[in-house]
Amino acid sequence: MTAPLLDIENLRVTFPTSTGPVDVVRGLSFALGRERLGIVGESGSGKSMTGRAILRLVRPPGRVTADRLHFDGIDLLAQSPRRMRLIRGARISMVMQDPKFSLNPVMTIGAQIAEAVLTHERVSRVDLHSRVVAMLEAVRIDDPDRVAALYPHEVSGGMGQRVMIAMMLIPQPDVLIADEPTSALDGSVQAQVLDIINEQITSKGMGLILISHDLNMVASYCERILVMYRGEVVEECRADALADARHPYTRGLLAAMPHIDETRDELPVLDRRAWTTP
Amino acid sequence: MATLLHWLLDETPTSRLQARLGRHARVALALTRNPLAVIGLIIVALLLVSALAAPLIATYDPVAQDLARRLLPPSAAHWMGTDELGRDIWSRTVFGSRITLTIVLLVAIIAAPLGLVVGAVAGYFGGWCDRILMGVTDIFLSMPKLILALAFVAALGPGIQNAIIAIAIATWPSYARIARAETLTIRHSEFISAIRLQGASATRVILRHILPLCASSMIIRVTLDMAGIILTAAGLGFIGLGAQPPLPEWGAMISRGRNFILDQWWVSTMPGLAIVTVGLGFCFLGDGLRDVLDPKQAGKP
Amino acid sequence: MRRVLREESVRLSQDPQTEPPHAPRRSPAALRRGARAAAIDLGSVLVALALTFLGLLAITFVIGRVVPIDPVVAVVGDRAPLAVYEKARAEMGLDRPLLVQFAAYVGHVARGDLGLSVSTGNTVAADLRRVFPATLEVATLGILIGVLLGVPMGVLAASRQGSLTDQLIRVVGLLGYAVPAFWLGLVGLAVFYAHYRWVSGPGRIDVYFDGAVEPRTGLLLIDSLLAGDIEVFGNALSHILLPAAVLGFFSLAYIGRMTRSFMLDQLSQEFITTARVKGVPEWRVIWRHAFKPIRVPLITVVGLSYAGLLEGSVMIETIFAWPGIGNYLTTALLNADMNAVLGSTLVVGAIFIGINKMSDLLYRLLDPRAR
Ligand SMILES: Nc1ncnc2c1ncn2[C@@H]1O[C@H](COP(=O)(O)OP(=O)(O)OP(=O)(O)O)[C@@H](O)[C@H]1O
Ligand SMILES: [Mg+2]
Repeated sequence: MTAPLLDIENLRVTFPTSTGPVDVVRGLSFALGRERLGIVGESGSGKSMTGRAILRLVRPPGRVTADRLHFDGIDLLAQSPRRMRLIRGARISMVMQDPKFSLNPVMTIGAQIAEAVLTHERVSRVDLHSRVVAMLEAVRIDDPDRVAALYPHEVSGGMGQRVMIAMMLIPQPDVLIADEPTSALDGSVQAQVLDIINEQITSKGMGLILISHDLNMVASYCERILVMYRGEVVEECRADALADARHPYTRGLLAAMPHIDETRDELPVLDRRAWTTP
Repeated sequence: MATLLHWLLDETPTSRLQARLGRHARVALALTRNPLAVIGLIIVALLLVSALAAPLIATYDPVAQDLARRLLPPSAAHWMGTDELGRDIWSRTVFGSRITLTIVLLVAIIAAPLGLVVGAVAGYFGGWCDRILMGVTDIFLSMPKLILALAFVAALGPGIQNAIIAIAIATWPSYARIARAETLTIRHSEFISAIRLQGASATRVILRHILPLCASSMIIRVTLDMAGIILTAAGLGFIGLGAQPPLPEWGAMISRGRNFILDQWWVSTMPGLAIVTVGLGFCFLGDGLRDVLDPKQAGKP
Repeated sequence: MRRVLREESVRLSQDPQTEPPHAPRRSPAALRRGARAAAIDLGSVLVALALTFLGLLAITFVIGRVVPIDPVVAVVGDRAPLAVYEKARAEMGLDRPLLVQFAAYVGHVARGDLGLSVSTGNTVAADLRRVFPATLEVATLGILIGVLLGVPMGVLAASRQGSLTDQLIRVVGLLGYAVPAFWLGLVGLAVFYAHYRWVSGPGRIDVYFDGAVEPRTGLLLIDSLLAGDIEVFGNALSHILLPAAVLGFFSLAYIGRMTRSFMLDQLSQEFITTARVKGVPEWRVIWRHAFKPIRVPLITVVGLSYAGLLEGSVMIETIFAWPGIGNYLTTALLNADMNAVLGSTLVVGAIFIGINKMSDLLYRLLDPRAR
């Protein structure tokens, strides 16, 4: 394996609170190549914060520290804000969690996607338009010309997530962080959207961090999985070896998942006493 | 001391009193963490002290004239100089704090309960009652307040009582708005229905249960409005419609210094500084209180 | 003035505080659909406007009745026999029911009849026409200062939240609530006129230039430009600068505070992070993504501030011997010239309400969500 795209060691995100500083990500370490890595964990476990910390977009008063935060040999923590902006979007990009709040309500969808290109490249108007339309087609939007002229509140949640994906893929980054890209979708659409991402990732040889709370879904789309709990990685394993997971939290998650041939009357509840010290 | 603090901040109070005191203690503690709020608190406290102990703080009689010593610049003998009748401006400013405090308190005592009751009644009963009361409130609200107060004083005649009444008339509508909004949010809550099921009358529900819940937003609003009330009162005094001479009202003092502003700047400047200081004090305190009592609105103007 | 400029006036008129002000645009089809709703809206705003005007009239009417001076005695003298008194009373219509009297009052006002001013001897309407342009001129210059400085200040403060710049701008904003306008005017005169001589003193223009240009608009700055008289223009400018700056200070304090608050609201939204994820430069994040959506609510704020300045000039016009509506009103107040007082109150109130409702309407038209 060549040098990893992302090399992270002891990543820490800290927020000051009235009862003293609180670490919401505590000592996270992992490496990402041109592969698909899944991060799972319950709500509030620090998944999104990890994504933002990589892009150095944790809002103050939050603070990011790490022993190493390297991307493609570049020390991200040492970059000036200007150099950081050259990396954002163009080289590392992030599909934001909730399209309803993450899309600018007063810019047309087309303009928002075009902005992602124009920020990093000089393109003629004609080329730009055809690229935006092509990208929207690539994320399976049927009527791209019409949709490009719409405002975000005029499209459905699923369309919004696809628009978001288009916007983050169009500058052709090396790493895509996808933060719950399918949370608002029902089963079939979910699979469709994930296939779109998958297709783009594999065809361009990118790295993907897929963030979700759905262990099953992540297991079927990624090669490797990190399980986060309360800001820490409690389990790191290959997706096909998930059944051998050792940490009680992961086992609990697995056990709580319903199966198609379910015989249990009640799904078990996570018993947190097993791994948290009182 | 430490045990007292511990008792106050206990997460599981054992008596109503402890719970109530604890709540106040938390607010006070949070306030002291905000530097601007502390400054505001100090200024307001100083205003209170100087109003209560004016005779002790003042160095001269505020109305004693001494024509031999007129228009003296600030000096060791006269910290803020003297005015055109040889009166000591520092002493007048100190005594002026009494007038200012009286005006603010009385306006608050008249306008806040009036607005509170109108708003709570409108919000609680809804329907036509709401429409009529809020219609009147809206009409008053869309009126320019200062002009309204001026016109009322013109009709009632100059003087401090009339100024207070006029300012109160111009001030209550915004309190009615707030009280109505608060009442609407709690009117349909479970605990109000429970109280009504127990057979409590509307009066009782409004007085005992709804009004107390409006208190915190009301306190914030009133504190923030204090600066505005002071300015309006000073404005009336300045025009000559507020407190009448020889009362050392700050606005009237500024007005008297007008003719000397080019050469004896201190006559007008000193009472103006007093107004600015006290006004800022109330603004800082109000801002701080809002951050503590209503974190949602923190940082908003 | 400051209390009118307070944020609750905005909040109460359409509540941009609770509704984050990102006015979603509509595509053309949706806009057409909204056109009919806008027409209905216009109707309801007009009704509200009419009711508010009526309320204003009712207030001035009531004030006119509670005056301790008996208007009949003022006419016939206090030694008149009862019969004469009663006759005069009937002639003045004061024996009729209050409602009838009110209707008559509304009728008079509608015809532009505000009565005679006892101090000037003219009709109040004519007086007001004469003094109004001076107030309009200084308030307009004031609001220009307020917008041009206040908006960038608010944006700057919000984009550097918590910094020293932010704290400084916040304190300036609070000063706008704590400084008496008339005092600031006096101090301004002492410093910039008496001490530094940067500006001219009280009055609209030096006596020497009085009547030098033909009054076409009544606005000296514009009239002198129309006449091509640069000297008069310069003189008028040096006179108006200080009062306009004082008004402008209050306007910029308020506009800056509101802009800061709106911007903070926007900057905390998720779509701002999205823009940053794309690598969009910070200036563009601030002006294109955060500022653009707040332009609509800011229009309302500016409208309110402008209305407040018209009112605020009442306090400073006496200081600057500015021959505007404020000066007229205060003179009338001191002479107990009730017709002039009520007439000015009515006109300032009506303009205030008009601007208020207009910015309200504008907000609704531009922001489809406000419907
Ligand atoms: N400004 C803040 N101050 C303090 N704590 C914060 C702040 N912002 C976020 N947090 C905390 O950070 C933790 C991690 O948040 P994060 O958004 O990363 O969770 P998540 O794993 O993405 O959850 P979800 O599945 O709901 O998206 C949460 O517990 C949250 O309470
Ligand atoms: Mg998340």
